[in-house]
Amino acid sequence: MERKSPVFTAFVYVCAILLAAVILAPLAWLFVMSISPAADLAAKPLRWWPQAADFSRYGQLLSTAENSAGAAFTASLRNSLEVAGMATLAAILLAVPAGWAVSRTPSVGWSLSMVIATYMLPPVALSVPLYMGLSWLGLLNNVFGLALIYLTILAPFTTWLMKSGFDSIPREIEAAAMIDGAGLLQTWRIITLPLAAPVVATSALFAVLLAWDEFFYALLFTSDQRAKTLTVAIADLAGGRVSDYGLIATAGVLAALPPVLIGLVMQRALISGLTSGGVKG
Amino acid sequence: MSGTWMTTRAWLLMLPLLVIMVAVIGWPLVDTVRLSLTDAQLVGTAGNYVGFDNYTRMLTSSNFTRTLSTTTWFAVVSVAAEMVLGVLAALLLNQEFRGRAILRGLMILPWALPTVVNATLWRLIYKPEYGALNAALTQLHLIDDYRSWLGEPGTALAALIVADCWKNFPLVALIALAALQAVPRDITAAALVDGAGPFNRFRFVILPYLAGPLMVALVLRTIEAFKVFDIIWVMTRGGPANSTRSLSILVYQEAFSFQRAGSGASLALIVTLLVTVLAVAYATLVRKTAGSAA
Repeated sequence: MERKSPVFTAFVYVCAILLAAVILAPLAWLFVMSISPAADLAAKPLRWWPQAADFSRYGQLLSTAENSAGAAFTASLRNSLEVAGMATLAAILLAVPAGWAVSRTPSVGWSLSMVIATYMLPPVALSVPLYMGLSWLGLLNNVFGLALIYLTILAPFTTWLMKSGFDSIPREIEAAAMIDGAGLLQTWRIITLPLAAPVVATSALFAVLLAWDEFFYALLFTSDQRAKTLTVAIADLAGGRVSDYGLIATAGVLAALPPVLIGLVMQRALISGLTSGGVKG
Repeated sequence: MSGTWMTTRAWLLMLPLLVIMVAVIGWPLVDTVRLSLTDAQLVGTAGNYVGFDNYTRMLTSSNFTRTLSTTTWFAVVSVAAEMVLGVLAALLLNQEFRGRAILRGLMILPWALPTVVNATLWRLIYKPEYGALNAALTQLHLIDDYRSWLGEPGTALAALIVADCWKNFPLVALIALAALQAVPRDITAAALVDGAGPFNRFRFVILPYLAGPLMVALVLRTIEAFKVFDIIWVMTRGGPANSTRSLSILVYQEAFSFQRAGSGASLALIVTLLVTVLAVAYATLVRKTAGSAA
């Protein structure tokens, strides 16, 4: 092992503190804004820490009283949950059989490659016909319509993750069950799916993160509280006439909490999922 | 079990996915091609066939060339910065120090933060009247007066790039870190015994392990940066004076704000073609790098 000089060790710690500060400062400021009284945020020189923490905006946004700021926010929160939930469920239902098929029968793999290549397409390349199609189906400004469109993003990704997952389950185990007389569905139920459960969970969480983050299609295809998602609601707040930065920041904190918690809890799985494509080169 | 049955079964199992993909990706793409050859409006008239008029008009418009250069500038600068910062952060996280695991955990936060929340956060930081950046810089006596970072063409794009980098360099760092941890210890130790300095160890021992994964990250990030919409829309809507307008925003304005579906579609396909060319060029490069590193 290399012997580390004290100067080098000090340098490492200085850099580490700097990196932590770069990552944390903007996030900390988002939270501080959300609990600072409006007067503190408009003070010159700016007050970096509130004289008295004020959590009232959280209650304001999460209240469902009619025609309040909270009503719009909670509606968009519910829409985001519904759209992300439905799109994720559908993506997994499509991805499990397709991922298994490609894993066990590589000769059909080219079709999955084509599906994955659609990642390159900018959403604007599909947006005009999708808009017209949804309008024709009466699914504009509708959570089902939006969830259907989200499959363009979620399904290729989950199928690819499921395929890599099935690749790591030896096919000999399945073959053994089949020799013992189990049919395909039975083999899946008893052998394959229990072994693949962690991959299914990881894929589902990735899908939820993608759907939660989506903005472009939601901006185009939703217009009011019946379907507007959180990302659109926050962009409205940020671009609108709301003068209280604290309220905008509070909405940001609330929208960020679920994905950030998923990120922290799933750290290991997320990192290996993110890097598997990269490391294999 | 015969091979033909295996293949048939595989196709049957893929059928639901393929049907949905044709419905939500294949058909819209073909229809975009058809629309791009018409003067269709978004609502109402179906439009008449106009040949390649939309393409020639879009390609020769000053809007397009200016937007293309803005987008390229955004993509090149932000991706380059993300790569450099990401590798530096990964080299740091590969050292042994107390709190390393916590710092590595923190890196997931900017990545997990929704893009729109990130854009909103930075928009608030850059606010001209009460923004934190102005406050911090004046309190440190680095600037005398509050400035409108997103309101001036000279600083708006740079401000956007900073916000984009902050969100995305940690991902590059995590990918690079995973690759660094795959470098066998005895190889770095041997290089050290042979008297290689820090730079040579990085260049000849570590970089070959990083090259493949970094190329993949570079490809994915560049494609994403070229398609950029969300962060710009929330922070500046392409302004001021169109100085931060990306190609995706231009398509959005053409097709949805001005409701010109036909020319919007042609513009969208031009963007798609550009991204595809970029991706294919990169894929070739990745294969070469992976080949030489192995």
